[in-house]
Amino acid sequence: MMAMSVWLPVGILLSSLIPGVLIFFQPEERHRLRTWLNLLGALIKLLLVGMLIWGVFHEQVFETRWTMAPGLEFVLHADALSVLFVSLSTLLWLVTTIYAIGYLEQTPHRSRFFGFFSLCVTATVGLALAGNLFTFVVFYELLTLATYPLIAHKGSPEALRGARIYLRYTLFGGLLLMIGAVWLHTLTGGVEFVEGGILQTANLDQSTLRWIFLLLIVGLGVKAALVPLHGWLPQAMVAPAPVSALLHAVAVVKAGAFGIVRVIYDVYGVEFAAELGVLTLLGAVAAITIIYGSLKALSQDHLKKRLAYSTVSQVSYIVLGTAIVGPLATIGGLVHLVHQGVMKITLFFAAGNYAEALGIHRVSEMDGVGRRMPGTTLAFTIGALGMIGIPPVAGFISKWYLGLGAVEAGAAAWVLPVLIASSLLNAAYFLPILYRAWFKSQSAPWPADKTAGCVRELPDALLWPPLTTAAMALLIGLLAAAPYSPLEWAELIAGREYRQ
Amino acid sequence: MNNPLIWPVAVPLLSALLALLWPRRSTWIGLLGSALSLAAVVLVSRQVIESGAIELALGGWSPGLGIALRADGLSVLMLLMSTLVSMAVAVYASVYFSRSERRSEFWVLWLLLITALHALFLSGDLFNLYVTLELLGLSAVVLACLGGSRESLQAALNYLVLGLLASMAFLIGVALIYAGYGTLDMAALAAAIESGPTAWVALSLMTGGLLIKSALFPLHFWLPPAHSNAPAPVSAVLSALVVKAAVYLILRLWLALFDEVVTQTAALVLGLLGGVAVLWGSWVALQAERLKLMAAYSTVAQVGYLFLFLPLLAALPEGTTRDVALGALVLLALTHGFAKSAFFLAAGVIMQRAGHDRIAELGGTARALPVTAFTLALAGVALIGLPPSGSFLAKWQLLSSVFITGQWIWLPVIAVGTLLAGAYTFRLLGYAFAPGEGVGPSLSVGREEIPAVLLALAATLLLGFWASVVWELVPISAYAGGGG
Repeated sequence: MMAMSVWLPVGILLSSLIPGVLIFFQPEERHRLRTWLNLLGALIKLLLVGMLIWGVFHEQVFETRWTMAPGLEFVLHADALSVLFVSLSTLLWLVTTIYAIGYLEQTPHRSRFFGFFSLCVTATVGLALAGNLFTFVVFYELLTLATYPLIAHKGSPEALRGARIYLRYTLFGGLLLMIGAVWLHTLTGGVEFVEGGILQTANLDQSTLRWIFLLLIVGLGVKAALVPLHGWLPQAMVAPAPVSALLHAVAVVKAGAFGIVRVIYDVYGVEFAAELGVLTLLGAVAAITIIYGSLKALSQDHLKKRLAYSTVSQVSYIVLGTAIVGPLATIGGLVHLVHQGVMKITLFFAAGNYAEALGIHRVSEMDGVGRRMPGTTLAFTIGALGMIGIPPVAGFISKWYLGLGAVEAGAAAWVLPVLIASSLLNAAYFLPILYRAWFKSQSAPWPADKTAGCVRELPDALLWPPLTTAAMALLIGLLAAAPYSPLEWAELIAGREYRQ
Repeated sequence: MNNPLIWPVAVPLLSALLALLWPRRSTWIGLLGSALSLAAVVLVSRQVIESGAIELALGGWSPGLGIALRADGLSVLMLLMSTLVSMAVAVYASVYFSRSERRSEFWVLWLLLITALHALFLSGDLFNLYVTLELLGLSAVVLACLGGSRESLQAALNYLVLGLLASMAFLIGVALIYAGYGTLDMAALAAAIESGPTAWVALSLMTGGLLIKSALFPLHFWLPPAHSNAPAPVSAVLSALVVKAAVYLILRLWLALFDEVVTQTAALVLGLLGGVAVLWGSWVALQAERLKLMAAYSTVAQVGYLFLFLPLLAALPEGTTRDVALGALVLLALTHGFAKSAFFLAAGVIMQRAGHDRIAELGGTARALPVTAFTLALAGVALIGLPPSGSFLAKWQLLSSVFITGQWIWLPVIAVGTLLAGAYTFRLLGYAFAPGEGVGPSLSVGREEIPAVLLALAATLLLGFWASVVWELVPISAYAGGGG
């Protein structure tokens, strides 16, 4: 059992790292072997994560340590919060891999793509399992390196430009995060993630801690796409659809949001952070981001760009939930980490399908697409309704708990208007799409109809992933009170964070 | 022989003689000589790790009269880097020079260069250091000429003249020390040297000479033409090893011998020059149109980082924190050694395949030479200082020392330098991964691509995950006066 607790976190990393490295060496035409490697890795990871969930729920300790340098330890440690993010990444990785295999069929450089794809997931899972700030920084930078080639994958001038902008933002963010982390490290001698935080008892100069907080949050805010650090995200949508899906749902933006959650709960401690007065500012930035992202989404005709601005807005719900002190808001923010991922990945899968089957890239081209592609449009509809917050889809649960949390913390006066305004805006930019798709009739020929004459709307590998994630979004909303649901898990985490 | 200290010097020297006598077999002698040198270094390293610093007085003369060899943690680390890098480069060179008529000359000089490097890292007295420095400089100059082009001859001539000037300054310093203290044995000097006019002048002269050799801004101007015009395997060792030898000597002098003499102001001046080197070198690397020129300016910048450590080391009290910073300095030097040699070898592969190294015309490299493109990416990661490379850990500790000492001035230098390194690396990768026909199609993954990728992997994975060895070895010192 001892060996198990050391090897399980490593195994979870290796289950995508090893297939990734092997895939790099496969010649382009070995399609079947590559698919097997991908799926085998994803399934093994799922199995290992299942064991991890069970263990963490029963308060077992999973930890691996490796000394990299004096005072710098590489630590993998699974707590309840890591489990939330690890399971999300693992599940969605499996679905996205299947989707990507279908999506990229017959395109060049697939070995390179799936190699980096696996590395990207490895870095994300590493972020989730990082047991201290140093390890987190390592994986944060690795994630930048693994996603850059995915965004640049097509090799076109726009793709290279998008990737360059992404890199500019994230290298800058990574640098600030590192400076903040080193600074904090020299003051405390080591920053382990501990539920409830470590700084309230450390007796350090408060204004220094505020500066460090600023460095850390700006560094993380770049990936979390907090306004005004969000500029890279709409540019990065030139990436292939599976990459956008992963980027917006689990990998990059979530890494930023997850980092903010870690810093506030497990480094500073949410009550101590509130005492320092830094949470008010963060809450304000989150509120501005929520409204600004929604407003920008409203004016985008390009479907993936509209979804990208919607991500800018939605990810900040997580930040907002973190910035409000109180268990209910915490639950709302944490559960949205999962809910937003499942819903947004559905929307991006669907957007990829529209582009793949009919060449549709713009909202204005979507008239009557519901009749032509009912499965995809059904999935898109569920995702969109969830984003607006209509019950029983998962997004409703997040907004409900955020609202309750705001009331509990006495912040209702400014949080509720933000939530209501943003929900109205969400409706304003999603409902017209649904209306066009279902109720309008086709007004112009499809831009590039590749499935004309086919019986089914799309191959299984493209149709089932969005339907699966849409069903998940519906189920985790409907069964929110069931054991092991994201909501219940978020309650478990909140319980542990506010335990002392 | 129980004492293995002589072998890292004797093996390459004997191989050089053999290669001279038997030019038709020079390639094999060169490869075998490099491999045996590696084995000799491993023997020495094992002994130092097991039983601490070791010493050998050649011919039985007591130190002060005869030739003393000493190995401690720092020398072992430098030896290991130089022997591993030169082994990999030798494999590459065996392909690179396989059809060249200057093959046998190359191998003789190459083995002499390794002899000089190893002797320099093991020397225990100042006069031997001067001799090894001179031998190193001369063999490096002749190697740099082997390309035979007009530019490379011009660059090598400058390199030669400046190198002689530098050794001359060093020699005068050594003479002053002998006049003042009556010995050249470094262990004895470490205890004897006190602050005073003699020590001051001697230290200034010796340091001045070494600054030229280590190409610290503004004395760097000879380096980019010399390194970028030499044949690829030679550029690799010049940038990775020869420059480091001079930095190593500065460390020995400043930290062990003259630690009583060195002032905070002097360290600050060198640190400031290092800071300018970081910014200027990276900036010019970003503008460079040729791959090898970019790599050479990146070396100027990376040497600058090493000098940033000096004012920090001077400000830290002796003890663990200082050893940590010193270890970080060494780790940065080692990582750069592996990464930059990998980079130059990859550039050599591209140059031989494409016939040029103009960065803007490198489109298609990733498709034609995937292994080499991967090498450039890995080496680039190490040059920027991103994980999992050794330089990430080193930079973390560097920043940490900045916060501990409160010398905030270095923070923007490190930050801007990192971003500039990211800019020049990804500018290159952007071109290399773009579609294009700049580079002909690949025939196969050849012997020439493998050494580079191994070196790049050493810089990123090996030195990233097993860097703690560096910090274990650095405090093992053969000299009084601390971790130097």
